[in-house]
Amino acid sequence: MRRGLTLPAPLAELPWIMLGPLTLLVLFGAAVLQSAAGGDFSTYAASHLIRFGVFLAMALVISRMPRKLVMDGAFLAYGGVLLLLVAVEVMGQVGGGSQRWLELGFLRLQPSELMKPTIVLVLASYFHTMPIGMIAHSRALVVPLGLMLVPMAMVLLQPDLGTALAIGFGGAVVLFLAGIPLRWFAGGAIAAAIAAPLAYFFALQDYQQRRVTTFLDPESDPLGSGYHITQSKIAIGSGGISGKGFGEGSQSHLDYLPEPHTDFVFATMAEEWGLLGGLFVLLVFGIVLRWGLTVARNAPDRFSRLLAGGMTATIFFYVAVNLMMVMGLAPVVGIPLPFMSHGGSSMMTNMICIGTLMMVERWTRAAGTPDY
Amino acid sequence: MEKAVSSNALKQTFDRRTFVIGAAQAGVGLLLAARMGYIAVAENEKYRMEAESNRVNLSLIPPRRGWILDREGSPLASNRADFRVDIIPERLEDIDGTVRILGDVLAFTPAERQDLHDRLEEARGFSAVPVASGLDYDSFAAVSVRLPELPGVIPQRGYSRYYPTGPAVGHLLGYVGAANREEFDLEPVPLLLTPGFKLGKDGVEKQFEQVLRGQPGARRVEVTARGRIVRDLETREDIQGNPVQLTIDGPLQDYAARRLGLESGSAVVIDCETGDLLCAASMPSFDPNSFSEGIGRVEYQMLREDERVPLRNKVLSGLYPPGSTLKPMAGMALLEAGIDPQETVNCPGGYRLGNRVFRCLGRHGPMTMHTAIARSCNTYFYAMAHRHGYEIIAAMGRSLGLGERYELPVASQSYGTVPDAAWKMRRFEQQWTHSDSLNAVIGQGYMIASPLQLAVMSACLASGKHIRPRLVLGEGPEPGRFSFDPAHFETIRLAMSEVVNGAGTAGRSRLPFPDILMGGKTGTAQVRGLGSGGRGGMGVPWRFRDHGLFVFFAPVDRPKYAGAVVIEHGLGGSVAAAPVARDVLTYLFDPQKGLDVLHALEAGWGGTAQERLAKTYAQYASAAAGIQIAPTPRPPNTGLRPVDAEARAAASAPEADPAAGEALAT
Repeated sequence: MRRGLTLPAPLAELPWIMLGPLTLLVLFGAAVLQSAAGGDFSTYAASHLIRFGVFLAMALVISRMPRKLVMDGAFLAYGGVLLLLVAVEVMGQVGGGSQRWLELGFLRLQPSELMKPTIVLVLASYFHTMPIGMIAHSRALVVPLGLMLVPMAMVLLQPDLGTALAIGFGGAVVLFLAGIPLRWFAGGAIAAAIAAPLAYFFALQDYQQRRVTTFLDPESDPLGSGYHITQSKIAIGSGGISGKGFGEGSQSHLDYLPEPHTDFVFATMAEEWGLLGGLFVLLVFGIVLRWGLTVARNAPDRFSRLLAGGMTATIFFYVAVNLMMVMGLAPVVGIPLPFMSHGGSSMMTNMICIGTLMMVERWTRAAGTPDY
Repeated sequence: MEKAVSSNALKQTFDRRTFVIGAAQAGVGLLLAARMGYIAVAENEKYRMEAESNRVNLSLIPPRRGWILDREGSPLASNRADFRVDIIPERLEDIDGTVRILGDVLAFTPAERQDLHDRLEEARGFSAVPVASGLDYDSFAAVSVRLPELPGVIPQRGYSRYYPTGPAVGHLLGYVGAANREEFDLEPVPLLLTPGFKLGKDGVEKQFEQVLRGQPGARRVEVTARGRIVRDLETREDIQGNPVQLTIDGPLQDYAARRLGLESGSAVVIDCETGDLLCAASMPSFDPNSFSEGIGRVEYQMLREDERVPLRNKVLSGLYPPGSTLKPMAGMALLEAGIDPQETVNCPGGYRLGNRVFRCLGRHGPMTMHTAIARSCNTYFYAMAHRHGYEIIAAMGRSLGLGERYELPVASQSYGTVPDAAWKMRRFEQQWTHSDSLNAVIGQGYMIASPLQLAVMSACLASGKHIRPRLVLGEGPEPGRFSFDPAHFETIRLAMSEVVNGAGTAGRSRLPFPDILMGGKTGTAQVRGLGSGGRGGMGVPWRFRDHGLFVFFAPVDRPKYAGAVVIEHGLGGSVAAAPVARDVLTYLFDPQKGLDVLHALEAGWGGTAQERLAKTYAQYASAAAGIQIAPTPRPPNTGLRPVDAEARAAASAPEADPAAGEALAT
């Protein structure tokens, strides 16, 4: 009996404290997408809701999976996704273009998206099986780093900087939570500080370099790459506290805002719903992420803890980078806003994370008491 | 237990680090909320303005230009409503494709396509290039539906300047056109870049630009990022410019211009009681209607190549040796100096000064002032000028308006030279000689004047008043008084009457009225210097032939009109210039009689000036560029009171249209 409601056991077991706000957020997203489509429901909003339904079902299936199966299948899954990455790379070469997806009919599957939860899974599994005393040894670092760098390199080749960073971030958080000594992170930070300028000049593509310089000074190129950031800020800023009203956003409707239904959906929302809408979105993400970390803290064993923590971090990475981008605090990288942006891949990845968190929560309840 | 402790330690590390991550996440969340609050609340005003300036596009509606009216209130320049198409070169993506589509839709000839293409290639991106104006609605609609393929092409409803009498007023009124870079630099207002906006480029149109311009209207529209107009927000109507009423007599101006015919020359008529310029015709001319629609380059080239300089206003900027037309003025100077007009000078066919003989055109025998003016005897004036000094003649010339820059609202005027010793020293650092005096007194040598100045001189002599020209009705210098003896003016007028009505040089140019007499004075100005020996007669190339001049006034007994006619290379004043003056005055006193003469002449010339210009252009175009020009469409029936020469005759007829004055205002 939760909160006095009488629900069938499978339903009552669901973490409504997270699912409720999340569903509201998705519905809100659908409303924003309808406005972005000029008031047409079928263009974006309908598929958005259908995808949420489909992937919610998938998340429920995931949440029923037994712990042993997941743990044993971790490396298998990792290998499979790696093979898919190779497959798109080869197909891209053969097809004579850079193709990042596999056509599945209802969805263009980007294997790089699948890699985001998978890296968390495989690292959690690795650290779980690793003898505890070895955590301070450098060997504890070498294998995970290898597991991270191989897919990151392949995704960078596509080239998709945003996804590569997301994979790296998810992996790094798992490493951090696994107890890798802080000095390694300090060393890594120093290495990154040295590598960043080198990477900027030698590794980044022209358009990526431009995005970075534009981020540092958006007014330098107001009609070129700075246009996105400038128009996004105009959309958010002109919304004020309560917004211009549903369907009244001129920035999105008159095409000033680029990508109003995908990467810049938050700006589209903020123009019409204002600061209040923005705080609502932040609040829901806060609830979801807090719930995720709680699940991680309460998890019965090391594997589930790392798994839950990593999944939460993956969602957080999406949210933080996207919102910082639309508010002019980060360069323009193609990362959509979870549960609001129109797009199947991002919905799938994030629902996998949600499903995994629900799975860990179920394991926790099944175990009864945490296993120290 | 070692393992358990270690496991516990890891769990504690995990909890600690989870807390750190949670705190970091909360921190980022707060940062985002603060950032959003800052953008949306603190900077709301700024971004609201920017969103608004994104959304709303203000486009100006060119104001309707004020009319230019003649002295009766009939429009010399009005506006014609039309549909037009312009191109903003900056937004143009594909010149060839655009020209091809527009050429097909608007049925352009190959020449017009080439012309448009050339102008687009040369366009600098800042000002609109006119494609076509005066379109009917169907063509306009045909262009409009293809706009998605034609970025940069702007069809709009507008007005084009309309000059009913075309070339007759070309030099006087000037023309209008889209602003060029210099004009925009001088006056950097957005209106100048607005498609369809025209400003005055020359003449009255330029001088009264600010009066005629009016206030632009504005249309606020909501536009997408790609510039597509979503909806109109609000529209403010334009305010038409104020009219400018000139002293010009429209029908007379048209008549005089057409009467000049195939010649290159000018005809000026002044109301010698007031100084009002009634007509200032300069031919050949250009058709300002062509300019106002954006003149084709082929047409402009034709005008530039013409040796009769149709681009120069000969009334104001043509300078000619006045020749014998100065003799009445010189006579007036001598009278004022105390010469007895009855005193005779014997003319043996020349005048000996030292060892040089200054030739006269004939062997006139004994000459009084009266006969010397009537028969244009140089010897009389050589002798008198030598005896009494040239200075009094130069002074009288200046009093009567020679060498003077008039207070006229015109873009430029040449004011010639009344030479004297000081001028020659200043100019050439040479002493003034007696030869200079003799040359100057018969209007040769350094003496040059514009047709307008000759007309003013004539008006002063005719009225006895200090007359200076006026172009705007009710404005300008009032007639003043001379301290000269009125009887002396009368003496000169009678001598000038003798030129035409007695035994004078212009006897064939009497007015066809028994009761109205014209007075005048012929002049023949040598183009080649006197020293070069060659005469400028029939046998030499056109450009070396003598200029023909004639100054006149009428009626002799109570002068009302005065003026001057100059025919470039017309061989002589009596054969070329005086007949034009006669017919112009005839038209003033009896329009129908004047028109009969003109129509007979035009039948021989091949049409009115406007028709001939169009014909010449068609010939030139097909010869120069191998292109065929479509005949110009007839002007629309606007219901306005017309200003062509025929209008006057029609108006004086009993069945004249009484409602013609009720004009629709555009």
